Order: sequence, then structure tokens, then C-alpha cells
Amino acid sequence: MRMYTEERAPSKRNFVKDVLALTSNHAVAYAVRSLDVDVIASYPITPQTTIVEKLAEFVANGELDAEFVNVESEHSALSVVLGASATGARTFTATSSQGFLLMHEVLHNVSGLRLPVVMAVPSRAVSAPISIHGDYSDLMTGKDVGWIVFICASAQEVYDTVLQLYAVAEDERVCLPAIVAYDGFLMSHTMERVEVYRDDLILEFAPKRVKRLLDPANPVTLGELALPEHYYRYKYSQLSALDGSREVIRSVFKSFYSYFGIEYDFVERFKTEDADFIIVVYGGASWGNAVEAVNITREKGLKTGALRIRVLRPFPIKEVVDTLKNVKGFSVVDRAISFGASTPGPVYADVVVSLAEYGFSIPSVCVIAGIGQKVMYVSDFVRVLEELVKGKEGVILL
Amino acid sequence: MIEVRIHSRGGQGMVTASQILASALVCEGKYIQAFPEFGPERRGAPLKAYLRFNDMPILKREPVISPNVLVVSDETLLSLKDTLLGVSADTVFIVNTEKNGFNLSYAKVFTVPATSLALKIIGRAIVNTAMVGAFIKAIGIPSLSSVERVLPRFLNGKRVEKNFELVKAAWEQTRQVNGDDSG
Repeated sequence: MRMYTEERAPSKRNFVKDVLALTSNHAVAYAVRSLDVDVIASYPITPQTTIVEKLAEFVANGELDAEFVNVESEHSALSVVLGASATGARTFTATSSQGFLLMHEVLHNVSGLRLPVVMAVPSRAVSAPISIHGDYSDLMTGKDVGWIVFICASAQEVYDTVLQLYAVAEDERVCLPAIVAYDGFLMSHTMERVEVYRDDLILEFAPKRVKRLLDPANPVTLGELALPEHYYRYKYSQLSALDGSREVIRSVFKSFYSYFGIEYDFVERFKTEDADFIIVVYGGASWGNAVEAVNITREKGLKTGALRIRVLRPFPIKEVVDTLKNVKGFSVVDRAISFGASTPGPVYADVVVSLAEYGFSIPSVCVIAGIGQKVMYVSDFVRVLEELVKGKEGVILL
Repeated sequence: MIEVRIHSRGGQGMVTASQILASALVCEGKYIQAFPEFGPERRGAPLKAYLRFNDMPILKREPVISPNVLVVSDETLLSLKDTLLGVSADTVFIVNTEKNGFNLSYAKVFTVPATSLALKIIGRAIVNTAMVGAFIKAIGIPSLSSVERVLPRFLNGKRVEKNFELVKAAWEQTRQVNGDDSG
């Protein structure tokens, strides 16, 4: 996969429309505008709000011809886009924290109905006590409900991922909803350089393909009662659809590269090839600081590397195992807590189980960091790598 | 990479100032990272904002610990111990002050009477665009024309013109004081 530090591949076409300084939230809004989304419904909540504020502005000034539905709650916001998606409309919503929790029941309905809704989740801590700040506590409560979930590490990647997710979700082999998540505040409100692309190329890359399920001329009922002899079949088909989406995701990455010259993958690696110790992370703040920490520890002569989980669902088992199977030790830095689970790190658990499935048992550390946006310094990540080298195992609460 | 830390008070518009600078720097081909220290917005409370810019993509995402440039939009903030954390002899200071004899015991100190200029030109003590002008004078980038180009993204209608006038006036009235001699 490309690093940000590498140039784009040369393209025959002039695809960059403009180079802007955008927050990740505004990067989402610019992508949604170019994708010509038909229906948007959302309820404001920090740190998501500036996405839909920008989209409301685009709709109001005529730059985006969409139905913008104001609702009284996030439960209704997701219900509105559920219904709209069933009529064949391209839809978008966004939320964070308590709003994501309030959507939870509808999250299952959208994936169960196989509707290609795309949602942005700049991730935030959850109450109590009240925190408006970032971590991934909200997202982790909804990672296993049948949605495709990507976690990004830069505003450019957020923009690119929104384009990719519509192409994946609406593919007839997939028909699943998708979430683009990223660090609340540390990315949602951080301005970065973003290259935005020509609308015509975006719509060529991700043409509108939402299936029309609800049609007044041909009435049907969706999501009706399924008795035991049928219910499990729907659920098993969701399971295989999400597993099978890996191939479509891979083909969308290839297509994206041919259009826009950036090579994306399920994971991103930094100096992992010869590394003895690898720090595994997700999200932008953790990734940037982990890469810096690898550079610092490499200068001290330690053979370290960093791995970023970009696609959380479907989990990139093979990529993770291939990267970690020969190391002497690894850690996973989680920004959420699984209370009372076998390990407090939700993604740490995924990584350990992936390795176990392939018969690998490697010394490892579960790190919890950045809870409620407790400041994460590069030096914290250096310390984690140094502890790994010393043979540390167990849990580190930063 | 240049790392900038901004110390200001809620209501002075300095988060926007960091974004104006960031946008103008993007016009000049730079990679940027601009973010405030997030919290409840309280008028008058001390707040920090950060700006990094570089010719290469920026990976590091921690608060600015050792600033190359320290922007202080209210000189009373210099009495807080937080403000001078991590500064070095090479740090460039850009301070909003009305005092003629203002000085600090650092080598590179620039001052600008941003509050009085803002009151005179835009009629309000919102100093963000004045501090943008001072930044350009002290650091040499971005250019005034890049700032002129991006201002309409942040301000409406007539405010653009008046604020650009303020940027230029502050640019003209920003002075380097000789910090070495003052003790």
C-alpha cells in the first residue's frame, strides 16, 4: 500500500479538480457532493456536525441536488436513509458517540435488509461521564452488525474512502452498508491538504447502482417475519456476503488506483518487512505517532515496524497474519475498551484470534490509549515498542 | 517541518487564523496540519491551536511540544507557565501588544499592535486576520496574495475586503524587537 510519503502514480487523465485545506469532516462532505447523493438525513452531534452543516450548505446553494431530511433523532436519521435506500436512492448519514448508540437497532435493520447506506462516524467517547472527545468506544459497539467498516488515517484517505465505499456497497455482489470512521477531533476537526477530483471521473468510478426494492408499481414487503426455518438463512447469507466483499473491495482498490493513482489496501505497513517487533494501530493519530516512533526506535538500532488496520470489517485476517507471523513480539493499540472480555482491547482480540487460527502464538501486549482523547505522544509509542523489545507481555494502560 | 503553537483567548478567532494560514500554505504547495486543542468553547478562556507545515506529508499527530514559532495573540498569556513550555532560543515569537518598549528575553521577537489595528479597521477587537498579517511578515510565508485568495472561504461579503486591509496593515506594522539586549 502507498504511504502518504509517496507520490501518486502518473495518470493519463487530469483527475485533480482542486487542492484544498480540508478537515476530514469537510473531506467527507466534498466527496458526498461529488457522488451526487440523493437523500441525506442526519441529526447534529459533536464531532460529526460539521459534515452535515457543509452538506446542508451544498444543498441550499444548489451545488448538490439532494433531499436533506431534518429529523428529531439519530434513530430516525438512519431510518429515513433506510427507507430512501430501499427506493433506489443513493443515501448518506453521519453520526458519533451517543448518536451512533441510538442508531444501534437500525444498524441491524439496514444490514439485514442489505441496503448500501454509507455513513461517516468521526469516532467519540461515550457517556458516562459525558465526554465530547475522541476515541473509538462508539464504533466498537457497532463493528459486528453486518456493516463494512473502514478506519482512516488522513483527510485525503477519508475523501478517497468515501468514494471507494459507495463503489463497494452498491456492487450487486455486496449490497451491504458501510461506515467510514476516523478520529473524532484529531481528524474530524484537523485541517489537512486534500486533492479533490473531477465529478465526472468520480461518478464514472462509482456509478449509482442502488437497487430499487420498493416500487409502487410492484408492491413488496421488506424485512417481514422470518420463522426459524428461514431466519438463519438470511443471517448466513449476510455472513457470506461480508466475507465475500473482500474480493470486491480488492477490485475497487485496483479500480481506484487506475482512476486516481493511489494504491490502497486492507492494511498499511511501515518498515514491517524485516521487523522483529511491530506495533499495530488504527486511526490517524495512532498511525502517525506509531510511524514516528518506528523511525525513532530504528535510529536506536531496534528492528521495529508499524501496521495499520484500515479495513476493520471484513477483518483482514490474511494480511495481518502475513505481517505478524514471523515477529518476536507485537502490540495492538486500542482506543476503546471491551469491559470484562478475554482482553480489554477489541482489535487486539481480533489480531490474536487471527494468528491463532493459523497456528501462531506470539508474545504480545494489549495497549489501551487515547481514551476520551487522553493526549497520545510519539514518546508513548516509543515506550510501547521499547517494552516489546524487553519482552513485555500483558496489558499496558496508557 | 515548521511547527507553530498559537496561544490565544476564546473569541479572538485564532483557530480560524490557523486555518487561514493553513489554506494559504496549501495554495503554495505545502502539506499542512492545523488543529485546535479541543474543548468547550468559552469566550476569554486561554486556548491553544497548532499548525504544522512541510514540503512532505506530515505524519506526527501530537500537540506541538517544541514550537519553531509561538504566536501569542494576547500578551497577558505570556504570564502563564504553559505558554513558554518547550520554546528554545530559535523560537520565533509573534506577540500582539500595544506597548512600544515591549520585549522578551528571546532572540527573535516580533510585535504587532493587532488589537488597536483591528478596532480601527474592522471596528471589533477580533485580531485573527491581523495576526495572520504579522505571521506573514515574521515568517515570510504564505504570501499576502495567497491569503487574499483564501479569505472568502472564511468570511462573508464586505468583511473580506476590510479584513484583508487589516492583514496588510498588520503586515506593515509588525516589527522585530531586539530581544537579546533587553535581558
